[in-house]
Amino acid sequence: MIMAPDGFSPPTLAPLNLPVVNILSADKVFPNGTRGLAPIDLAIGRNEFVSLIGPSGCGKSTLLKLVANLYEPTDGRIVWWQGNFSRVGESGRRLAFVFQDATLMPWSRVEANVRLPLDLAGLPKTAAVPKVASALAQVGLTRYARHYPGQLSGGMRMRVSIARALVTEPDLLLMDEPFGALDEFTRNKLDDDLVRLSWERKLTTMFVTHSLYEAVFLSTRIVVMAANPGRIYAQMTVDEPAPRGDAFRNSDRFAALCRDLSRLLQAASLESAVADHDEGGR
Amino acid sequence: MRPLITNAWFNRIAAPVGVATFVLIAWQFFCRQRGIPVYLFPAPTDIALKLAAEWPSLLTALMSTLEVTFEAFFLAVLLGSLTAFLFVQSQAIAISLYPFAVLLQVTPIVAIAPLIIILVKNTQVALTICATVVAIFPIISNTTVGLAAVDPGLLAYFRMNKASRLQTLIRLRIPSALPYFLAGLKISSGLALIGAVVAEFVAGTGGRNAGLAYDILQSGLQLDIPRMFAALLLIAVTGVLLFTLMAGLSHLALGHWHESGMGNEK
Repeated sequence: MIMAPDGFSPPTLAPLNLPVVNILSADKVFPNGTRGLAPIDLAIGRNEFVSLIGPSGCGKSTLLKLVANLYEPTDGRIVWWQGNFSRVGESGRRLAFVFQDATLMPWSRVEANVRLPLDLAGLPKTAAVPKVASALAQVGLTRYARHYPGQLSGGMRMRVSIARALVTEPDLLLMDEPFGALDEFTRNKLDDDLVRLSWERKLTTMFVTHSLYEAVFLSTRIVVMAANPGRIYAQMTVDEPAPRGDAFRNSDRFAALCRDLSRLLQAASLESAVADHDEGGR
Repeated sequence: MRPLITNAWFNRIAAPVGVATFVLIAWQFFCRQRGIPVYLFPAPTDIALKLAAEWPSLLTALMSTLEVTFEAFFLAVLLGSLTAFLFVQSQAIAISLYPFAVLLQVTPIVAIAPLIIILVKNTQVALTICATVVAIFPIISNTTVGLAAVDPGLLAYFRMNKASRLQTLIRLRIPSALPYFLAGLKISSGLALIGAVVAEFVAGTGGRNAGLAYDILQSGLQLDIPRMFAALLLIAVTGVLLFTLMAGLSHLALGHWHESGMGNEK
């Protein structure tokens, strides 16, 4: 189950179906000369839920932003849909990004916030409204469509943010620590919903998190990263079938998986620290 | 039943009305008791009688001042907002022009007004220019800050969804700037009135026979103190009404989402 910490995906781990996105030796050197990411090779298959986890500075957010096309890779390529499209946004490759904050427009009602990506894409309102209603129903917020974000709790605002992502029916959902600011009960509830939605909607997701429990609960595959420079340290699959719920969360198997991941993270953290020390010595 | 003193309605309306009533009664009593002559310090009833008796001419003066105030306020909002849009469009424009906006703001209007009144032939236009100069700065400064104070997360979201410049302006920048703009409006409306009155004072008897400030000057020369008070009262009431109007507008536009519109400061 745990693969060698060698920084590439062994053939047994490669998804059997076609990758949605293929990251080919993409790296990132920031303008100030800092190396954010060493060349990364990673393929995300259809219906996969891939979590990125690792010590701070390991480049997991940077990697997500490369895939989101918020950054250009310094070298290497990110190939979409088996190479038919090399750039995000071409020919209907739909991406949705969920931030750590809900980032809603406080002056707009929940329904208008969810409709925003459709409005920006120029979809007529008559076509957009049913999509919005369906997305709101999926996150359980139908009753709150006419509310303003300021009237909702933190967890509910995050649900609105997720509905805004789902409404575009994305080929790939990118989430950057979306539940990091929430309390544990709310977070568990949203994790439950996300697992259910991934199953129902056949989502493909890249998910950055700091919580190893969350990573184990949600993921079909976990990518452990190390820092200095940011790189993939190891990968781990979680082949627990859907639907997952409290039974899985309370199982011995879950505890064992968390222990395995914890060990990997400790090793990755140690590796990052050593590299840090070496840098300082030069 | 809660004690009256902790009742919100009581605190907001009844308390200030009570204070005003007390002051007016004390004032009336003081004037009558000491037999102070009307030409030195009139009692509230003297002022009220004067207001009723000379209402038509006072109203004409008020209308003249209001005309200058509203023209100046309108110009300040229009030119101020346009300047702010210009400032956020280009850093170079902002850097080159902002010092002059500040210069306009920090130079006392009383000092510039005589020059403007000499240079501009039409007194009405001169007065409006003076009041506009006073009222424009809060609009420029607040709207500029507002247009720039956009949630960076939302800006990134708009960029990621390939929103055009126009979409970003209309859907993101303008709504974000609205609370700042409306706060500027509140300050600016009061300043437009102050600017109009100050300009009328400077234009003084050399100006045309209109406006409340001119009225105050004339009444002073004629020792018509009750009329001075009556004109003063009209200026004060106008200022309060302007502020209330702006606070109401702000509440109407922002009440449902922004803290400043939720009615804690009206």
